[in-house]
Amino acid sequence: MCGIVGLFLKDKSLEPKLGEMLSEMLDVMCGRGPDSAGFAVYGAGEKGKVKLTLRAVEGYDFKALEKVVGNGASIVERSTHAVLTVDAAKEAEARAALATVEGVSVVGAGERMELYKEVGLPIDVARRFKLEQMSGTHGIGHTRMATESAVTTNGAHPFSTGTDQCLVHNGSLSNHRGLRRVLERQGFKAETDNDSEIAAAYISQRMKDGRSLGEALEDSLDDLDGFYTFVVGTETGFGVLRDPIACKPAVMAETDQYVAFGSEYRALAGLPGIETAKVWEPEPAKVYFWDRKAA
Amino acid sequence: MNASTQSHAFDLSSSTVRELNSALHALKEGSNASLWRVTNPRGLHAIAAGVDAPVTVEVDGPVGYYCGGMNKHATIHIRGSAGVGVAQNMMSGFVHIEGDASQAAGATAHGGTLLIEGNAAARCGISMKGVDIIVKGSIGHMSAFMAQAGTLTVFGDAGEALGDSIYEARLYVRGSVKSLGSDCVEKEMRDEHKAQLFERFKTAGVDGQIDPGEFKRYGSARNLYHFHVDNAGAY
Repeated sequence: MCGIVGLFLKDKSLEPKLGEMLSEMLDVMCGRGPDSAGFAVYGAGEKGKVKLTLRAVEGYDFKALEKVVGNGASIVERSTHAVLTVDAAKEAEARAALATVEGVSVVGAGERMELYKEVGLPIDVARRFKLEQMSGTHGIGHTRMATESAVTTNGAHPFSTGTDQCLVHNGSLSNHRGLRRVLERQGFKAETDNDSEIAAAYISQRMKDGRSLGEALEDSLDDLDGFYTFVVGTETGFGVLRDPIACKPAVMAETDQYVAFGSEYRALAGLPGIETAKVWEPEPAKVYFWDRKAA
Repeated sequence: MNASTQSHAFDLSSSTVRELNSALHALKEGSNASLWRVTNPRGLHAIAAGVDAPVTVEVDGPVGYYCGGMNKHATIHIRGSAGVGVAQNMMSGFVHIEGDASQAAGATAHGGTLLIEGNAAARCGISMKGVDIIVKGSIGHMSAFMAQAGTLTVFGDAGEALGDSIYEARLYVRGSVKSLGSDCVEKEMRDEHKAQLFERFKTAGVDGQIDPGEFKRYGSARNLYHFHVDNAGAY
């Protein structure tokens, strides 16, 4: 089944509450996906710096990595994840240093994106990373009921396959094996057997080829086969796409303050001003896309 | 409403849907007509599903899946939008939605009337078996798939593959139809059909405002009913 949520803020005054709102939305979607959960938040960023989201086992001493990486790297720990901030010019060096450390993996990178996911009941996952305290401009989240691959942290969503890019998926793709081979020939290294990771990588590749997020989603309609509702985030953008037969549910709401996505209306019921929001079901095979730059 | 109408209030922020439905299910066909006001539905599922009594249920806000499902006798009024499968398998009664309805509205319903003020998404009236569905907006793809009986009246447009593999239901569409499904064809609009449409207009409260002649009728070409001898060579 799976549940997905997304929130894109238009009103700056709501930014300190992004995490709190997203956390509540994830909580309501526990019933659609109690296996595992994850979320990505686009928070504060600094020009010229990159944030690497790291993952390791429970109790891992992330702080020690500041020295390993050097170059003035700083670490903020959150349970099994940590965000390492370092000069963007030193990203490759930092990644090389981290590669020598056993048990630590880089799960996301970007100027503003932070990405957290774990096995467990979604509300517990949100709490362990203190999502409710996070602020940001937009974020996406996922509650998983696994179908295509095992219940592992790696198999949880979101998937990030490009800088400041992430994707959550409800559905299952039927041509991901073939697409995986095509992407691998183009240099993509898959971390999992998950079909959703391939969807993320496909969109990243299209954007690398010069397509905008909206255009990359248009391309997906031709190249991806199967069931999907995607919610995708980039540094400034937020996109939604459903497959042409609209197999998986989706509801959206928009006010002057935000654009919100939920697998079901229940997830949106607690949002401010929802009573008077424009609420609609996104149409099949139609790309919906918002960009902060354009706004 | 007469003076003997009993009114009950149910706040779903302090009570559960199960409590509401248990109270509604305890009502029998002969029980006094009563009015149930439900507040804070917040998109919860299965609100007022399986009611089997001539009561009125007013829901003050958007509902989730299967609201009014299997309804018999009851009038259910929703002041908001409805999720997947509203009035699914309804037997009789009246379900009225002020907003939009999600997928599979009125699916498999045997009787009663489903009135949707806004749009209905994909698969509206799928496998309908006698219900009268009226949608003031537009409907999504694969609506009235394998529809067996009843009427589907659409004031707006219809999506792809309308009436695919349809049996004997009547489909009336005022706007455009993106495409017709297999074995679904446009049919002549005779006086009996215009009269039937006029009855639907009355239900929708727009009688006298719209000319039934603006609608087109679609139904079964009946080519899928029997084995076609030309296909004998395939066996």
